[in-house]
Amino acid sequence: MRATFPHRFLPYLLVAPQLAISLIFFYWPAGQALHQSVLREDPFGLKTQFVGLANFRRVLGDPAYLNSVQVTAFFSVATAFLSMAIALVLAVQAEKILRGKGFYRTLMIWPYAVAAAIAGMLWLFLFNPSFGTLAYPLRQMGIAWDPLLNGNQAMALVIGAASWKQISYNFLFFVAGLQAIPKSLIEAAAIDGAGRTRRFWTIVFPLLAPTTFFLLVVNTVYALFDTFGIIHAVTGGGPGKSTETLVYKVYNDGFVNLQLGSSAAQSVILMVIVIALTAFQFRYIERKVHYG
Amino acid sequence: MATVTLQDIRKSYGPTEVIHGVSIDIADGEFVVLVGPSGCGKSTLLRMVAGLESVTSGTLRIGERVVNDLEPAERDIAMVFQNYALYPHMSVRNNLAYGLKNRGFARAEIDRRVAEAAAMLEIAPYLDRKPGQLSGGQRQRVAMGRALVREPAAFLFDEPLSNLDAKLRIQMRVEIRRLQRRVGTTSLYVTHDQIEALTLADRLVVLNGGVVEQIGTPEEVFDRPATIFVAGFIGTPPMNMVPVDWLRGKGELDAVPAAADVVGIRPDDLDLEAPPGSHLTLPATLELLEPAGAESHLYVRLDGLDQPATVRTQGRPALADGARLALHVRPEALHPFVKATGRRA
Ligand SMILES: Nc1ncnc2c1ncn2[C@@H]1O[C@H](COP(=O)(O)OP(=O)(O)OP(=O)(O)O)[C@@H](O)[C@H]1O
Ligand SMILES: [Mg+2]
Repeated sequence: MRATFPHRFLPYLLVAPQLAISLIFFYWPAGQALHQSVLREDPFGLKTQFVGLANFRRVLGDPAYLNSVQVTAFFSVATAFLSMAIALVLAVQAEKILRGKGFYRTLMIWPYAVAAAIAGMLWLFLFNPSFGTLAYPLRQMGIAWDPLLNGNQAMALVIGAASWKQISYNFLFFVAGLQAIPKSLIEAAAIDGAGRTRRFWTIVFPLLAPTTFFLLVVNTVYALFDTFGIIHAVTGGGPGKSTETLVYKVYNDGFVNLQLGSSAAQSVILMVIVIALTAFQFRYIERKVHYG
Repeated sequence: MATVTLQDIRKSYGPTEVIHGVSIDIADGEFVVLVGPSGCGKSTLLRMVAGLESVTSGTLRIGERVVNDLEPAERDIAMVFQNYALYPHMSVRNNLAYGLKNRGFARAEIDRRVAEAAAMLEIAPYLDRKPGQLSGGQRQRVAMGRALVREPAAFLFDEPLSNLDAKLRIQMRVEIRRLQRRVGTTSLYVTHDQIEALTLADRLVVLNGGVVEQIGTPEEVFDRPATIFVAGFIGTPPMNMVPVDWLRGKGELDAVPAAADVVGIRPDDLDLEAPPGSHLTLPATLELLEPAGAESHLYVRLDGLDQPATVRTQGRPALADGARLALHVRPEALHPFVKATGRRA
């Protein structure tokens, strides 16, 4: 179908606001980042020098950056896995509920409506070593709980907060995915002698593959780029640099330490990663994981 | 191979009872067809036998075992679903082998049985395809194959042919019957299609509103329907129902018991020409003549009655709408019923 407009310029006028937003909030900063990534600028902006790819070379050779890559990889994998695993367990359980299904589902969706920074604060309060509600029982269990000093514990805390917030989203998709599996398949498998666990791993889980794959990409992107608020609120990248993800490092180096060239180079690298992930998603999500 | 016995089986969903005490004895190797209108509880009954629905009360036996509380897997039955329920992510071969693998059969035995079933159903060329790459008829065969390889005590079928086109349905119907004869497995088959029921069944169970109306061979059910419902449900076009009082004076009624107040007459038993011997003669007016290939259906109005009646006759009688007719029926062809109880008199 082709829409016809009374005036030649009306279509352009109608898309103009969207274009303006894209230009101002995406293309212009992206251009700025590209431009700055090849410059060296002093913190006061008095001197600017063209340095070619030196910023990139320095960033990629910097042990702190490589540490951040490791932190990010671990954080992303752990967050994606944890939030998806918990959501899947909950979705499978919710399938079994006969009464009050809607009520439980609504409850499950709440965390998604909470802003990242608030979710972070919530977890921080719960697990604050001095007054956290849940820190006390942890210490009672003999765990020397101190995420402000212990890097691993800090990591566990941000993973927990980041996963918690994403569980709702995953839950919704898993519930929809489970509902799309015909009940007669499960019944046929039951008659075919497959127990509950075997049914899940040989029938349900493979048939959920498209949902799982989609969520894997979405959750990875989320953990990589959307968790700044949580990390900022809970640990601020610390202690040391133990929870400093790539995105957080861009912020730290650029806005806190004012190493603008390095920060810009890092954000260009991130941009490449986003583009690669998006291309991957477009290419495989529709094509690879379905059954003809 | 085994007998299947249902003894006063009931099923309630919450406060509503949908199966009101059904008893059926299925002999070893017998092919029993459950037939009835939509919503009468056929699927529910079959699913109770399969173990997919709990039995509210009554006793269900497969062989000598009471299976009321056994899991579907422990009942040694195989089921063919209406939508086939093939595992879409597995090849045809794995669809067939799945039940055997779960039961820990040896690789060689699985391969042997799969090959045998594939040969029997002529699906060997498709063994490595996914179900999505098969036609409806081929999927139907795979679903049958999945039941066959298990060599179970009983086959359960829930309207397995209803998703096929008319031609394929007849072909598969013949094939199911042939296969069942060959392997001799006890079968319970659900359908709402009476032609399917009449052609497949060793014995027919006519179900209505969760109650058994009649159990018998197709001939018994067709020739001597036990209730008004069965009389109306089995046979196309359906049987005509005429009050006994209206028939008085139109011929010999000695064969009709005194208790009967309504009489059923099959459309085939109404003749346009007077047969030799004793018969009744019914005056009527032709309302519509409908040619149907080799036969014709006449929709007529019997003089003095409100409801229309149907006559089925061979060939194409040269009659105009509105023609006056004399319909003849032999006394043996009258099916006497008591209206109040709905039963045969
Ligand atoms: N889960 C359920 N909860 C409540 N009522 C149910 C449930 N399943 C079936 N019923 C009711 O039980 C009755 C029998 O249903 P069933 O599916 O056995 O009918 P059927 O004879 O197989 O019909 P069809 O020919 O349309 O498949 C229907 O009135 C239906 O509404
Ligand atoms: Mg049904």
